[in-house]
Amino acid sequence: MTTTLAPSLPPAASPRTRRRRRVDKKTLGGLVIGVLGLVDIVGFGLEARSGDARLGLTLAGASVHLSPLKLPPGPTAIVAGVITLVLAALWLRAELGKLARRAVIVGSGMLFMLSFLCWASSGKTMSLVGLLQSSVDRSIPIVLGALAGCLCERAGVVNIAIEGQLLFGAFAGAMVASASHSLYLGLVAAALAGALLGLILALFAIRYAVNQIVVGVVLNVLATGLTGYLYDRVLVKYQNTLNSPAVFSRISIPLLSKIPIVGPVLFDSSIFLYLTYVILVAVQIGLFRTRWGLRVRAVGEHPVAAETVGIRVLGIRYANVMLGGLVAGIGGAYLTIGSVGPFGKNVSSGKGFIALAAVIFGRWTPIGAMFGALLFGFADAVQNILSVLGTSIPSDFLLMIPYVATIVVVAGMVGRVRPPKADGQPYVKS
Amino acid sequence: MTPPETPPPETPPPDVAADVAAEPGAERWRSAVFDAVVEGNTVTVTFLAFVAAIVVGGLLIAFTDPNVLPKFGHFFSTPGAAIAAAWSSASGAYTAMFRGAIIDIHTVSAAFHGGSITAVFEPISETLVNATPLILTGLAVMLPFRCGLFNIGGTGQFIGGAVVAGWIGFALQLPPVVHVIAAIAGGLVGGAVCGWLVGFLRARTGANEVIVTIMFNYVAQFLLLYLLGTHAFRRPKRIDPISRVVHGTARMPHLLGSTLRVNFGFILAIGAAFAVSWLIKRSTVGFEFRTIGANPDAARAAGMNVERGYIVVMLVAGALAGLAGAAVVLGTDYSLTPGIYGSYGFDAITVALLGRGTSLGVVLASLLFGALHAGGVQMQAATQTPIDIVIVIQALIVLFIAAPPLVRTIFRLRGQRSGPEKRAALKVVGA
Repeated sequence: MTTTLAPSLPPAASPRTRRRRRVDKKTLGGLVIGVLGLVDIVGFGLEARSGDARLGLTLAGASVHLSPLKLPPGPTAIVAGVITLVLAALWLRAELGKLARRAVIVGSGMLFMLSFLCWASSGKTMSLVGLLQSSVDRSIPIVLGALAGCLCERAGVVNIAIEGQLLFGAFAGAMVASASHSLYLGLVAAALAGALLGLILALFAIRYAVNQIVVGVVLNVLATGLTGYLYDRVLVKYQNTLNSPAVFSRISIPLLSKIPIVGPVLFDSSIFLYLTYVILVAVQIGLFRTRWGLRVRAVGEHPVAAETVGIRVLGIRYANVMLGGLVAGIGGAYLTIGSVGPFGKNVSSGKGFIALAAVIFGRWTPIGAMFGALLFGFADAVQNILSVLGTSIPSDFLLMIPYVATIVVVAGMVGRVRPPKADGQPYVKS
Repeated sequence: MTPPETPPPETPPPDVAADVAAEPGAERWRSAVFDAVVEGNTVTVTFLAFVAAIVVGGLLIAFTDPNVLPKFGHFFSTPGAAIAAAWSSASGAYTAMFRGAIIDIHTVSAAFHGGSITAVFEPISETLVNATPLILTGLAVMLPFRCGLFNIGGTGQFIGGAVVAGWIGFALQLPPVVHVIAAIAGGLVGGAVCGWLVGFLRARTGANEVIVTIMFNYVAQFLLLYLLGTHAFRRPKRIDPISRVVHGTARMPHLLGSTLRVNFGFILAIGAAFAVSWLIKRSTVGFEFRTIGANPDAARAAGMNVERGYIVVMLVAGALAGLAGAAVVLGTDYSLTPGIYGSYGFDAITVALLGRGTSLGVVLASLLFGALHAGGVQMQAATQTPIDIVIVIQALIVLFIAAPPLVRTIFRLRGQRSGPEKRAALKVVGA
């Protein structure tokens, strides 16, 4: 009788309270958008310094050269703010469809970022393309981690251990690539290391029916400790042989990488970005367009029903958790052999938890999770560029935005989020 | 694991199972029997898990030791030398750990020959100092467990408490006893607010507390960084982010003389453990927490306010974690730094798991982990074994304990029937 002991999902609210809550959320959402608009006007528009913000649209050495976009920070921010306020009014007054609501949220967010960037770089030049490129690059491990999360949670296993899988992948990738002088061998090792941690998670969560969050947290601790220990004890000592891997070089896709703005951002990166494209498409189509995906989702929603029609619930769970580990391991490899090279202690620095947030952000769909991951990657890139620009604004508050945004999303203020029904519940055949 | 393609036809739907289990009389009776069965094995399993973790840790120490590995190159010609080197590496590290955590024979003999007596107690003092925040944050994780909530936000709540307690400690001028009490109370309130927010979101919007607490941890870390940059917090003439120093009047009194770091915070932690124990076992609120944790629907049907329960339990948990922050700022560190929260928030989870959902268990687990940490420092200094091995050992202990069947397999103990076994595995979370 394990059913009573498993962590239960929030009970469905009665229709009456549900209706009341939705009204509340609509007002709240409108207020949040309105506040964004006011910050645009008051914070960035009226406080703007003189001097145009120049947003660079090409990188050095590009074949097609576009002149930088010159925007006066004050007026830009005020216009953006007014548009945002109109959007807020629309949100509050009109009955918007699902698509329109999303457009309003994305639009107001982008206007906010635009006015902020203009404000921050007034009188200076900031490379917009560089910013976007760095956002995409920084979001690669988060996207892969989030895909790992999707694969596991769709099958009903909560994977908190993404962080640990990233770390394991990063460690194994750097070490094997360095020792064998083969980057591809390192990549394979990283994927296997992630899968190994996935296997341990699966064993404890499925075979021993231990609370999945518990196992995940403990595996993260284990991964942090183990990689940290081995780093101090072995990698530092044999730095030259074991921890000085090469880095995957950039591959420019012919023709596509020449497109202005889009080209350098999307088609001129290391193999990891292209791998991410492939895995992303594969997981999205696999989960929602194939028989396999239907089975996985059935297992994640209602394992008893799935078992009744002859689906091997535990087999699917094992396979998916390990597959997820594999994907996260590749994401971990990016952190070493895809970007900086040598492994450093705690190189994942919380990206696994962010990936977890991205999964929820994207409502357990791969494409949605990707957008969530891009948001976090963008925030990371902005932080980096802010320190270069040297703005007066306390960047700590800006850094909080993605986390606060996640809380807002999880709290259901922009629509309801519903996890797979059997997510986190061990399946014990009775 | 090869499940058959067709399920047994008599599989009861989960709802029915829940209803059966929720019947109070039957459940209580069954629970008592299971507890007796499980408790009988708990001590054994815990001890064996500890042994297994120590053994694995020892192997890890020995086989990564730069002095041992070359000897294994000649393993087939001189196997004895290789094994002896491995043994001395692991035993040397663990001996140093023991010296740093419990007692060092050298200081004892020195004390008999006119040396300082306080030096004898220094390892114990360090163990208690390390255990103090672990007890408090461990309670902050354990209590919501009992209510069916998973509080990963120990870090954020710790920061909340540390910031308020620290600010009261260095910004205000108050008379001696009043000052420290005010600062401790501030820590309680600071943490409680952070915890309340999580409980509120969970109760009102159904937001998953795991995600919310993880996110709040980051928010709190950035908030701490921001505050350390402000004029109100930053220490004058310093460019690195470090706060001003807590006044002497707001510091926790030392327990065993001024040279040993153990302080009143430890007493507070033990007091908090007693209070939580009373809360869970004897109070109406605690009964509600446990009922909600066991079955929120049944609790609601019985007329309990589940939402209020979530809010209150997170409020109390936040206060406990905040108290941990206060204990660190006022007891040992005396100023706020960007890394003041350490790894307490996550260690707390392992402590709560090891403590198996009771106050006493949390205290004992914290003492064990505190000892491991205190010993780890000594071990690193004496044998150059990186202190991270302590984290590995902690994680291994909890992993082994989380799955009693695994430990039974390793040590070839007699297996139990599958029912209680799975129950024991789940019982670890106290749900």
